[in-house]
Amino acid sequence: MGAFEETQLPSTASRPEKALAWVDDRFPLSKMWKEQWGSYYAPKNFNVWYLFGSLSMLVLVLQIVTGIFLTMHYKPDAALAFGSVEYIMREVPWGWLVRYMHSTGASAFFIVVYLHMTRALMYGSYRKPRELIWLFGFAIFLCLMAEAFFGYLLPWGQMSYWGAQVIVNLFGAIPVIGGDLSEWIRGDYVVSDATLNRFFAFHVIALPLVLLGLVAAHLIALHEVGSNNPDGIEVKDNMGPDGNPIDAVPSHPYYTTKDLFGVSVFLLLFSAVVFFAPEMGGYFLEYNNFLPADSMKTPAHIAPTWYFTPFYSVLRATTADFMYVVMAAVALYVVFVWLKSRLAYRIKVAIAVLGIVLIVGMLPQVLDAKFWGVVLFGSSVMILAFMPWLDHSPARSLRYRPSWHSYLYVVFGLVFVTLGYLGTQLPTAAYTIISQVCTLAYFSFFLLMPWWSTMGTFKPLPTRLTFTPH
Amino acid sequence: MKVFVKKLIAVLALAPGLVFAAEGGFALDRAPERNDLASLQNGAKIFVNYCLNCHSASAMRYNRLRDLGLSEDQIKNNLLFSADKVGAMMTTAMRPDDAKAWFGAVPPDLSVIARAKASPGGTGADYLYTYLRTFYKDDTRPTGWNNMVVPNVAMPHAMWQQQGIRAAKFADQPDPHEAGKMVHTFTGFELVEPGTMSLQEFDTATADLVAYLAWMAEPAQNTRKRLGVVVLIFLSIFAFLAWRLNESYWKQVK
Repeated sequence: MGAFEETQLPSTASRPEKALAWVDDRFPLSKMWKEQWGSYYAPKNFNVWYLFGSLSMLVLVLQIVTGIFLTMHYKPDAALAFGSVEYIMREVPWGWLVRYMHSTGASAFFIVVYLHMTRALMYGSYRKPRELIWLFGFAIFLCLMAEAFFGYLLPWGQMSYWGAQVIVNLFGAIPVIGGDLSEWIRGDYVVSDATLNRFFAFHVIALPLVLLGLVAAHLIALHEVGSNNPDGIEVKDNMGPDGNPIDAVPSHPYYTTKDLFGVSVFLLLFSAVVFFAPEMGGYFLEYNNFLPADSMKTPAHIAPTWYFTPFYSVLRATTADFMYVVMAAVALYVVFVWLKSRLAYRIKVAIAVLGIVLIVGMLPQVLDAKFWGVVLFGSSVMILAFMPWLDHSPARSLRYRPSWHSYLYVVFGLVFVTLGYLGTQLPTAAYTIISQVCTLAYFSFFLLMPWWSTMGTFKPLPTRLTFTPH
Repeated sequence: MKVFVKKLIAVLALAPGLVFAAEGGFALDRAPERNDLASLQNGAKIFVNYCLNCHSASAMRYNRLRDLGLSEDQIKNNLLFSADKVGAMMTTAMRPDDAKAWFGAVPPDLSVIARAKASPGGTGADYLYTYLRTFYKDDTRPTGWNNMVVPNVAMPHAMWQQQGIRAAKFADQPDPHEAGKMVHTFTGFELVEPGTMSLQEFDTATADLVAYLAWMAEPAQNTRKRLGVVVLIFLSIFAFLAWRLNESYWKQVK
């Protein structure tokens, strides 16, 4: 490392130029800007699906800023919480706006993140060398779910209270330690003031800190390997004389302006909800949550907020009867792996042993369906993390994969939405059966992906990006 | 497995019927739109006279009624029953323990009741409008009153002097879903003793009260909608400019 040397600028240089040089000698400000955005070359064929990353960032900032102002008036106390939210809605100047922005922002966050993930699935953005970007993103998704869950208790309405009760009780299904574990999480025998206080701590400081760190890691990893694109080919394979990819443009100004346009359209839709339908028909703000929490009155119908319902449906689908179907499915899958997979013999044996352990564990005499419901519920989220290793397709993007792959993704999307819808409804015999079929379809999509993703006639990959100038 | 497949087939065949069978309860009437200031003021008057004796609205300040075009003096002289200052909250003098002893339940706070009672079957206003108009005389109940929307409700009919005393008529009718079975069905109300209002006048008064409750559940809602129009106009202009700016840069990219 050489001796420190102050950058010498000509005396005609302006004050801001001098100030920047002074900072750059001490902190890599210009360098970071160039690497992360200013001279970050991104493929020029990004379509509308590529807006949701920056929109997620926007919503994150909105949530943090509105959250700070809400904490100034909110009381994390079982006796005061419900009233303090109404105080914000009525007495605090502009409190209603800040609160609606925060409550709508929670749902908006999941909408943009789900769309962002859909984009990754469509164009294979998780494939080598972008596995870590995907994993960081997945961790962000987990964090976001925890953040939303903790935050939902804070208004201390009936749905807040009983939703938290149901989810914390899930831990009670774990054998041996379950009861003590859920008590430890609650800090009491029931959801109470102690629970509210710790959930508040997690919601306003612990998880936001982790979230911000993960977002930074997600972006650094992205800008290290470069963005994927709708064609799923590497732009770095065609470098120009200036050392940058021919088919890429610097993010600034091209994607700055594109994202700005995206932001304006997003804010239009967001404001339409905030100002004209903040409850969004009971989906963004549940009606029952306008009743204060009452530990003596269990609501007839406890439904989590819409963004959790696909996974919640998987939990509810796991009835005692359904366990036999799951056991049969596990057995079939093990047989299938033995016949069709090229995995090493030792791994196959391990899979067979695991399969037998699972099947024995699923016997009603061993562990009950409630426990396996929780396992399937958790697995339905966790399985997303394995996408980079489940997808073996020769082409990243659906554009160059057999058409039926696209139809399969559409079916998967419908299955996910159906599960989501059913999770908001009271369970009936019919709904339970439909959610069971959807649960099987959901897991089959992922677990059979190593095979089906290689099947069919693939279209030839282009050597350059497909791009139509404006 | 076989059972599962059988169930699946049965369910897919019956699914549409089952979906509708899940709906139930007393069908809600639609609350008339009465958002003019005169109706809301009338609703506020009915509210403090007939509801606030037992129910509180603890998130609501009396002087917020200024938003309905009333002056502080008007509020102080005509509507201030349960407090001495116009800046006070709408609380109630009835103690929760007494309420429990007298009615078997503590009357719920009504600050946000119009939001809490919304459901897929109707808005919170629809619910309240139907509930408040379907009390009927029932001597088997401790209060002598029963209700169509909330069967065996603990609350007596607060405005019976206005609506009058009504009885509910029930008849055994054949079950449309199961041949040979009879169901106890509500067929209509019967006026036993007329009240001080005609039924039409009572419906209008209830509509005013419900409009007030809906306003009180979110006093900022009119401001919200007015401001929303301005925000959307601003954002439309912003979106147009952002679109043109974006186009002018991307024209250079070949």
